[in-house]
Amino acid sequence: MSEPLLSVRDLKVHFPIRGGLMGRPVGWVKAVDGVSLDIARGESVALVGESGCGKSTLGAAILGMQKPTSGTIRFEDREVVHGDAAMRHALSRELQIVFQDPVSALNPKLTIGESIAEPLAIHGVGTRRERRERVAELLGLVGLHPQHAERKPNAFSGGQRQRIVIARALALNPQLLILDEPVSALDVSIRSQILNLLLDLQQRLGLSYLFISHDLSVVRHFADRVAVMYLGHLVETGPTGDVFAKPVHPYTEALLSAVPLPDPVAQRNRKRIVLTGDLPSPANPPKGCKFVTRCPLAQDICRQTHPPLVEVGEGWRAACHIRAPATISGGP
Amino acid sequence: MSPVLKVDDLKVTIGGNAVVDGVSFEVDAGEILSVVGESGCGKSMTAFAVMGLLPKAARLAGGRVLFGDADLATVSEKQRRSLRGDDLAMIFQEPVASLNPLMPIGRQIAESLVVHGKAKGRDPLKAAIGMLEEVGIPEPEIRSRQYPFELSGGMCQRAMIAMALICRPKLLIADEPTTALDVTIQAQILELMKRLRDETGTAILLITHDMGVVADMADRVAVMYAGRVIEQAPVDAIFARQEHPYTRLLLSTIPRLDGRPKSLLPSIEGVVPDIGSWPVGCRFNPRCPLADQPCIERQPPLEPRRDTGLAACWHSDRVEAML
Repeated sequence: MSEPLLSVRDLKVHFPIRGGLMGRPVGWVKAVDGVSLDIARGESVALVGESGCGKSTLGAAILGMQKPTSGTIRFEDREVVHGDAAMRHALSRELQIVFQDPVSALNPKLTIGESIAEPLAIHGVGTRRERRERVAELLGLVGLHPQHAERKPNAFSGGQRQRIVIARALALNPQLLILDEPVSALDVSIRSQILNLLLDLQQRLGLSYLFISHDLSVVRHFADRVAVMYLGHLVETGPTGDVFAKPVHPYTEALLSAVPLPDPVAQRNRKRIVLTGDLPSPANPPKGCKFVTRCPLAQDICRQTHPPLVEVGEGWRAACHIRAPATISGGP
Repeated sequence: MSPVLKVDDLKVTIGGNAVVDGVSFEVDAGEILSVVGESGCGKSMTAFAVMGLLPKAARLAGGRVLFGDADLATVSEKQRRSLRGDDLAMIFQEPVASLNPLMPIGRQIAESLVVHGKAKGRDPLKAAIGMLEEVGIPEPEIRSRQYPFELSGGMCQRAMIAMALICRPKLLIADEPTTALDVTIQAQILELMKRLRDETGTAILLITHDMGVVADMADRVAVMYAGRVIEQAPVDAIFARQEHPYTRLLLSTIPRLDGRPKSLLPSIEGVVPDIGSWPVGCRFNPRCPLADQPCIERQPPLEPRRDTGLAACWHSDRVEAML
């Protein structure tokens, strides 16, 4: 495979829990604790997991909105984490984000044309007239009328606003878009329009996507590869089709089986693994495998040592002592 | 057997605009009726009208809500209050926002027993702890002394279900009960609701926009669009074959776990119309690929289709072939 566009290595983002007399940290929340992830050009990677698993923190770290505790993030040939302000500024042309809620993502006092032109102005791209032309072009690209540029966000529906947010994210011709739950705030009948648009833009512009979502049917439809997070760790990563067909990690398996299928007959005949209990507090995670408190397969080793990610197929890795033992197998 | 709840031609208005416009349905004992639709279709307003919890701006403008011998549309507030929390209970989307933050959850649950005079001869707090255990909260005694902020979202939703069920209601209204929860917790809550229905015969009116939840839970489904029920049928029938173009499109826009990845998904053109500016004729006509002259002129009535269903469409016979 060619050089990945984005390469995250052993990334850690720890937050101090302040307390005590001098406000010294009394503990750490390990929101992201040793995550490695690659995204190739033109590829969609989905990051899935429950709230509190660290997926949004990871997204924020990649964008430079959150300083990592340790680890590296490379974008093409640039090391992002220790870059200076000028480099970060330059990098923000390549890396953009689309948030969940298009209503709060747009300034209600600016016309949408001004909102879309803002990144161009900040980066000093083009003259005023060129920017206006670019705005018209972008509006067309996301399926809106160029004449709409003069209107304020309140003239648009939720789905249209998400199109505007996408247009703004594309203004600087980025290579990678982080899509943080891009359709979950939208009405069901509108979601497929936005998903179709994102797929179409990817084909036309060769974009890479990091797709953060908890909607697994959308992930299955959208992503080339999927990375499953649990309490700050990747527990499984691989090609979407493989992982969905034969999940290796018991957490992936439970997560997939928990999503009700929109098909009553199939749903009735399906074995559902209902996990007991909640996600443990990230401030006080269990020792050993982080999933051990809810895992139906847990054994002694799981309570003692943290399982490494082990290759279980082509481009497919899982971290489980039971299902993916780290000992070199195959020998006599 | 007579239904537990019979809603007949219900009408709710806000500032003169009908947000619920002639909605009728029934729910039997032990049955789960799922009301589905997008935001603004009137599904939550329908639930609030049944509960007598309409927001100040809204008015119950017509129709009947028959629950046992009472018509909830006309009963006194006092009578309604005695039913609410007793025979009639509701759980909401935001469990944390719906609980009293200043009272331990055990006492909140016990309160409804005391209020409805069902605490005689037993310790209400003990009953509350028993209920917490029944809804699967570990260490219920310790938890009962905790405040909502000390509990996770899933735990709060369970506490709310415990509160709703402690008086063994005849009807439970659940408005998007798992939308704010993670999928593994959603699975727990849905299993819990099904188990309680099986054990107590409670009728459930489940309001949701998630077709997966509908497929998992419902016995029957009512689809709402722009203030009206446009199709109603048993769950297997409606997923197998739709008689209204909106239902057909809505189901087809959801990516399926067994579908072809990255294929173009069907979509519904246009947007959900705003309350008060509903189109004349069939309200779905501006977005409907089958719409023609009759659809623009006259609103289709909700009429029987096949053996078990109802649909409001002039062109049901063409729905199957439309995609």
